[in-house]
Amino acid sequence: MDGFAHQIIAGIATGGIYASVALAIVMIYQATHHVNFAQGEMATLSTFIAWSMVNAGMPYWVAFFGTILVSFIIGVLVERLLMRPVANAPVLTHVGVFIGLLLIVGNMTGWIFGYTTKVFPTPFTSDQPLFGGLVSAHELGSTAVTLTVLILVWAFFRFTKLGLAMRAAAYNPRSSRLVGIRVGWMLALGWGLAAAIGAVAGMMVAPVVFLDPTMMLGILLYAFAGALLGGIDNPMGAVLGGFAVGVLENLAGAYVVGTELKLTVALAIIIGVLVVRPSGLFGRVVFSRV
Amino acid sequence: MSATKGLPADAAIGGLAAPAATPAWQRVLLVLLGLGAAIAPLFVLESFQLFQLTMAVIMALAVLGLNIVTGYNGQISLGHGAFFAVGAYCTAILMSHWDWSFWATLPVSAVVCTALGWGVGFPALRLGGLYLALTTFSLAVAVPQILKHKAIEDWTGGVQGLFLVKPDAPAGIPLTADQWMYVVTVIVAGVCFFLVWNLIRSRIGRALMATRDHPTAAEAMGMDIADLKTKAFAVSALITGIAGSLSAVAIEFVAPDSFTFGVSITLFVGMVVGGVASILGSLFGGLFVLFVPNIAEAISKAAPGVIYGVILIAFLFLLPDGFAGLLRRIAARLRGRG
Repeated sequence: MDGFAHQIIAGIATGGIYASVALAIVMIYQATHHVNFAQGEMATLSTFIAWSMVNAGMPYWVAFFGTILVSFIIGVLVERLLMRPVANAPVLTHVGVFIGLLLIVGNMTGWIFGYTTKVFPTPFTSDQPLFGGLVSAHELGSTAVTLTVLILVWAFFRFTKLGLAMRAAAYNPRSSRLVGIRVGWMLALGWGLAAAIGAVAGMMVAPVVFLDPTMMLGILLYAFAGALLGGIDNPMGAVLGGFAVGVLENLAGAYVVGTELKLTVALAIIIGVLVVRPSGLFGRVVFSRV
Repeated sequence: MSATKGLPADAAIGGLAAPAATPAWQRVLLVLLGLGAAIAPLFVLESFQLFQLTMAVIMALAVLGLNIVTGYNGQISLGHGAFFAVGAYCTAILMSHWDWSFWATLPVSAVVCTALGWGVGFPALRLGGLYLALTTFSLAVAVPQILKHKAIEDWTGGVQGLFLVKPDAPAGIPLTADQWMYVVTVIVAGVCFFLVWNLIRSRIGRALMATRDHPTAAEAMGMDIADLKTKAFAVSALITGIAGSLSAVAIEFVAPDSFTFGVSITLFVGMVVGGVASILGSLFGGLFVLFVPNIAEAISKAAPGVIYGVILIAFLFLLPDGFAGLLRRIAARLRGRG
């Protein structure tokens, strides 16, 4: 029974990571109606940037916030330089650019930092075992960070004028432009925010899975599964979906299919959701008008 | 419908009338030239170069499969590496466990891949654009794991994979195994290209493109969109699967790690660079994905991936209709002058 409880708690901790990447996906989706395939690779790059900062002797939290800032800028730049010129192109072009971005960022990371796995520090340590050793300090800390990010993002969209403007720009670009919202910059801001959230997720997951250029590949899929499970247009749903996928994946890995098929679980969840309930658990059902 | 404006296929549809205007002797000449170009390498190339060319033709066939569903039908698949892998494994398992001849494995692998394509295409109906891309992407990522799994290890050979042997040329034909493999590949690919060419220029092909460009209008005209889309997926999987079968024999080896999601990405890059919704473009795509990584590796050992990505984005920005589109435009200009 102890093992079972531990599996669930460990699942919640990894689920928190998926939840933040899922949130990043949903954020970009809400702000731009894009799903960025390179989200994972960009987050990995951010984590490597943090790693270099820490290695250069910066205190962890300085590196942490520095990385978030740098990632935000990278996200904005990517939107301005790569996405903006093809904004009106067909979806196929967008997917192509995402794939190109994935190839470039992923391989650049490997090129610059090498393919050896690296240890990434965690700021959360504790001398005593917590809750009878059920949960590690890092699991607890990273879940707390994830939840903080989620609340901040939610509050940003709910209570600030800028958040409102971003939602408006995504919901109805033309009318937003008429009331003076700079729609193009809202999109760029969305990309920046998503990159920043991705960076947090990367820095939280790196101490667990170790840092290497391919570390986010699986995470992106789980996050996507979580986003779909919760409903791709609902941030809160995506977060819950992310946690649920984390727990499911851990339980399935421990008791059903073994660790080798963990990625297949993500695939099964994605296809299962799409077949049974395509709008997700909390998503809006969209009717297309003929 | 501004979303579909500038799709390379618009040009393809516009060009539909063009072949009829080509005089018969020109078409005969083109066919003869094509045959000549296909046969010449047999006498000119060394064994390894011939192997590479064989692989290029195989990749071209796989890109052609992807082009049916993504180029002509507009359903973005990033998971065609999975069908490629299944085709390869079908052939490898039948040949190494049951000593089937290569030719006999082709129909089996075609049937299996068609069924799998149908199975993937069915849930895919619910998805538009990006979701479908991500779902198929996750399929591609999951494939090596599934192939390595213990439950099917006896058949697939697990991580080690399976070895097979290239068939020898039938008695009486003075060709080496490599040369024979090239001939087999060119024949199979040639038949597939011809069939797909016919399919695309038929009523069904036009229906596929109509479904892509304006689903609502297509449905109003009485087309069964769901049926068309699933069938497009099935046919596309079939073609890519056959390419996989050929590759298993040409390489004489299959293993899970040769079928990572990189294969799917390669096919996608090949399609974009060669020309989306273009049959000739698939051929260019195959040549590109086989030879450019080699060249890129010569420039910088560390980062062929980066160069791949840069080329992909450069094409999307500068030449969205690929090599084939470039040729088409040059031809149009020449014709305009002449």
